[in-house]
Formats: sequence, structure tokens, C-alpha cells
Amino acid sequence: MIILSGDPPRSRALSILLIAIIVALAAVPFLFPGAKAMNVASKICIFAALVASYDLLLGYTGTVSFAHTMFYGIGSYAIAIALYGMGPSWAAIAVGIAVGLPLAALLALGIGLFSLRVEAIFFAMITLAVASAFLVLASQLSWLTGGEDGRSFQLPELLRPGTVFVKDFFGVSINGRTLTYYIVFFASAAMILGLLRVVNSPFGRVLQAVRENRFRAEALGYRTVFHLTYANCLAAVVAASAGVLNAMWLRYAGPDTSLSFAIMLDILLMVVIGGMGTMYGAVIGAAVFILAQNYLQALMGVASNAAAEAGLPLLPGLLHPDRWLLWLGLLFVASVYFFPTGIVGRLRGVTRPKS
Amino acid sequence: MTTLETQNLTIRFGGHVAVNAVSCAFRPGELTAIVGPNGAGKTTYFNLISGQLRPSEGSVLFDGQDITNLSAPLRTRAGLGRAFQLTNLFPNLSVEENVRLAVQAHSGTQYDMLRPWRTRRDLIERADAILDSVALGARRDVAATALSHGDQRKLEVALMMALQPKVYMFDEPTAGMSVDEVPVVLDLIARLKNDASKIILLVEHKMDVVRSLADRIIVLHNGQLVADGKPAEVIASPIVQEAYLGIAPGKNAA
Repeated sequence: MIILSGDPPRSRALSILLIAIIVALAAVPFLFPGAKAMNVASKICIFAALVASYDLLLGYTGTVSFAHTMFYGIGSYAIAIALYGMGPSWAAIAVGIAVGLPLAALLALGIGLFSLRVEAIFFAMITLAVASAFLVLASQLSWLTGGEDGRSFQLPELLRPGTVFVKDFFGVSINGRTLTYYIVFFASAAMILGLLRVVNSPFGRVLQAVRENRFRAEALGYRTVFHLTYANCLAAVVAASAGVLNAMWLRYAGPDTSLSFAIMLDILLMVVIGGMGTMYGAVIGAAVFILAQNYLQALMGVASNAAAEAGLPLLPGLLHPDRWLLWLGLLFVASVYFFPTGIVGRLRGVTRPKS
Repeated sequence: MTTLETQNLTIRFGGHVAVNAVSCAFRPGELTAIVGPNGAGKTTYFNLISGQLRPSEGSVLFDGQDITNLSAPLRTRAGLGRAFQLTNLFPNLSVEENVRLAVQAHSGTQYDMLRPWRTRRDLIERADAILDSVALGARRDVAATALSHGDQRKLEVALMMALQPKVYMFDEPTAGMSVDEVPVVLDLIARLKNDASKIILLVEHKMDVVRSLADRIIVLHNGQLVADGKPAEVIASPIVQEAYLGIAPGKNAA
């Protein structure tokens, strides 16, 4: 990472945490081959890339976009519609990518040139409007998208769980699902490394200058609308690629898994928890958030039962698994309060910059 | 040869005419001080020249081209450098990075996404050299916001120097500086004057500064150009005495 970007994590604890996450994610198919663990791990990979692309906008340029799930959805739907329509072939995957990614880039270009000239709030409103329109469109054009039900499809033979490469590798079966997982893992890693490279390029430094003081950046001769638009396009392409991976992993694309505003909120939270404008924060934010989302409930069930058996008052009710959203919420309030610069900012020991 | 001229330059904000039909040509190798009371339209005139504002009427000609409709970044790229009156920096970036960004703006790498910025050592070294020239070399690693007011003013000037413009526009470069900091900036401006191909514009309130540096003074009053000439003549002229100074020559007007 350091060689690629020249931007080291700048904190021993952060480096150890990142290595731990990456090693754990790489080893999941062998350590926890169960469906749940694999789903959580692949979701962490995909969201790490998705959140990193959002960080490029929010953390580096200071631009608030609400259309990120739209680009994520474009990638998901492109691959789903191609595989559904053309059947499970590699050609369909290629078509899905060849249509989805340029479509996302073009749309981002259009939105950017149209609205990034002016005040940031205008861009936020435009993205909100376009994303809402896209959500309605996706659920209304049922002949194409499957409407609210979405589209389920099959992957090419090689990527199916039924395709077994090694039947018993230390007790674990290596099959098409394992291969799909590693495609997700390495593609996500490549995107994050690519973004890390971009933010540490001369172009990336201009993005930070725009965030700090756009007026001054212009007075230095930077035509910032182009920098912002290119960043917007790049973020859109990465988000669409993450969408492709997401649909391939789920073998499904629908409004709830790719387009909903709930996902947009999750992305925002992950960026903030991980640390805006750090790139590394995306990996950590995604890991922490998705782990909490998936395992907090189970953890609370155990705690609640233990408290009940110990005969403690009130606690069994408070820790009941049905209250998990309450605790998740409290966890986020606490994390934003105690780590205003995110986990990465905290580990690097920087205090919140004065605005 | 660099030329800069405004023709009938006018801007109205609602009913208020901030700059009123100002026609003036600036010559290379000449430092022109623009003086006038607060609200006379000096900074607005600067904004019209450097492109932060578009005029209601009139035009700006630079090197023989009409640049009235050019955006601020394009005017900067064409060679108009500007240092702002209210310090205008990248507050949370390091002092060095502030200047490096200005150097980078004209290195042809602004859209380069694939190379780490540190590989362009030359840009960093030029930024450091400029920082040394304004006596900020020792502070290069701190955030711009952590600098003292005087140092921020110097950094503001350093950003413009890094652009290597054809036209230098200083907007009260020494405002709010402590007495011992002022000479650094004045020396810098005086050194720029050695290059006879540059046009230097200076908005300044301190009459001693104006008198020591200016080759020519123009006076704005209520948005109008009311006097133009050699420093001694302008300062002595009755219209300036009445419109602006209101004091006997030889005293500070700040």
C-alpha cells in the first residue's frame, strides 16, 4: 500500500488493525466457511470499496452526494439484467460491466458538469433528486428490472457452489463460491489501492485544496469544476464496480440490496466512523459497522440470557436481541462523539481540525 | 510585452455603483499604487481585473486580448497573480503544501491521478525556496491556520510568487502586520520591481509604503478614478487632499 501510494497508515496501531482485517478477510473461506460468515466477509469487502469511493467525494473534496447508491445500483442491475437476459455466461458478465460502468460514468459526468459549478448544497439536492427518480424508475420498469422483486439470476458454471475444485482441503471444500469470494476480495482490494493512489497524486492534492478553500484553488488557476467532476465520475465507476460484485455475490439485484436510501445512510456512517479523508478509514469503518450489524444481535442474545440466569433485574430486557437497533444507534452516537475524526483519526492521534 | 488595461470598467450592485467607468492602462516595469478611502472600490476593482467579479459594463484587456469573460482560474493561468486582502489560504494544509499547490498549478500535473505527488521533488523544492524567500522556511510543516497573522500574510504573498505571474496584484499586503514584519514583504515587492517585464499593482493604505515603492499612484473615490500620476504630484494635488487624504502630506492615512 505504501509503495503504491506513498501514504503510509502513519500509526502502528492502525497498521496492525488493517493487516488483521485484511488477513482475516483473506482467510475467511478457510476459517469460517459457513454461509453467514462468508456473506458478512464479502459484504465487508464490497462496502470497503464502496465507502472508499464515497470518501473520495466526501472526505477529499468535501462534496456531499446522495446518489452513491444509484451508481452502486447501476452496477448491480447492469450485471443482473445481463445475466438474466443472456443466461449465465461470461459474455453476459462482460456485457454487464461494459454497459454498467460507462453508464455510471456518463451519468456522473452529466450531474457533475451540470451542478458542480455552483454551491455544494445544489449538488447535494440534485443528486438526491436524481437518485430518487432512479429508485422509482427501477421499481416501475418491471419488465426490465423485475420491479420490487428485483432480478435473480445464475452465475456461470465456474462460479457456482456446485463446482468443486478441491473436495477436502483440511476439511474445507473449495468450490465456485470460494472462487467468487476471492474475486470479490481481490477486486475490492484493487479498487481501494487504486483510490489510495489517486488521492495521493497531484490530482488528489487538488481535491484536498478544493475542500479546504475552493475560492483560493480557483485563484491559483485550478478549474475546480473539472477536478470535482472527474472525482465524481471516478467515484461513480468504483461504486458501480462494487455494485457488480455485490450482485454477483448475491446472485440477485433489487431495490433493497442496492438502491435504497438505507444503504446510503450506512455508507455515510461507515465513512464517518472510519475517518473521513483517510481512505484507510473505509476498510475499518466497513468492517466495524458490518460486524456490529450482523453479530451485535447474537451477542446481545447471549448477554441477555446470561443476565437472566444470573437473576439481574432490568438487564435481560435491556439486552434483549430485539433492542439491538437501540444499541447499534448508541454505539454510533458514542463513536462519533468520542472519535470525531473517526477511528483512523483517533489512531493517528490528530484532533479535529478547526473549520 | 505585457499589457493590462481596463476600459470603462463598471460594476453595479443593485443601485450602488462600486466601480464607475474606470479606464486605466498599466505598464510593465511600473509599480502602480491604488489608493482611496475605505469603500472607494479598490478591492472591487481588483476583483474585476482578476476575475472574481464580472463587470456590468466595460472590459479588461490583457496582452491585447479581451479577458472580460474569462473565469478567474483562466485569468490566473494567463498570468494574473493575486494576493488577497483577507488572508485566503488552505487552513488545514501545511505551509509547504499551500505553496506547493500554487507551484503545482502551473506544472502541467493538475490532472495527473496516477503518480504519487511526492515523486515531483522539483515542485516541493521550488515551494521550499519560495518559503525561504519570505522567511517562512522554518515553519513549513505547520498548518497554515497555526501561523501568526503576519506570517499568514507572508504566506499569502508566497502563494502569488509561486504562480510566477506577469501581473502581481497585492491587496494591502502589510495590513495588520507588526512593524518588524513589514520590511520582509516590502523588500520582496521592491525586488520584484527589478524585473522590468512585470506589472505590479498595489492597494495600500500606508502612505509611507506607497511613497517609497510606487512609480505611479491612481486614486479611486466613490468608484471613480479621480487622480493619476507621479506619487509626488498626486499626493500634492488638491483633489486628493480633499477626496482622500484630508490631511497634510507627510502623515499616515491608515
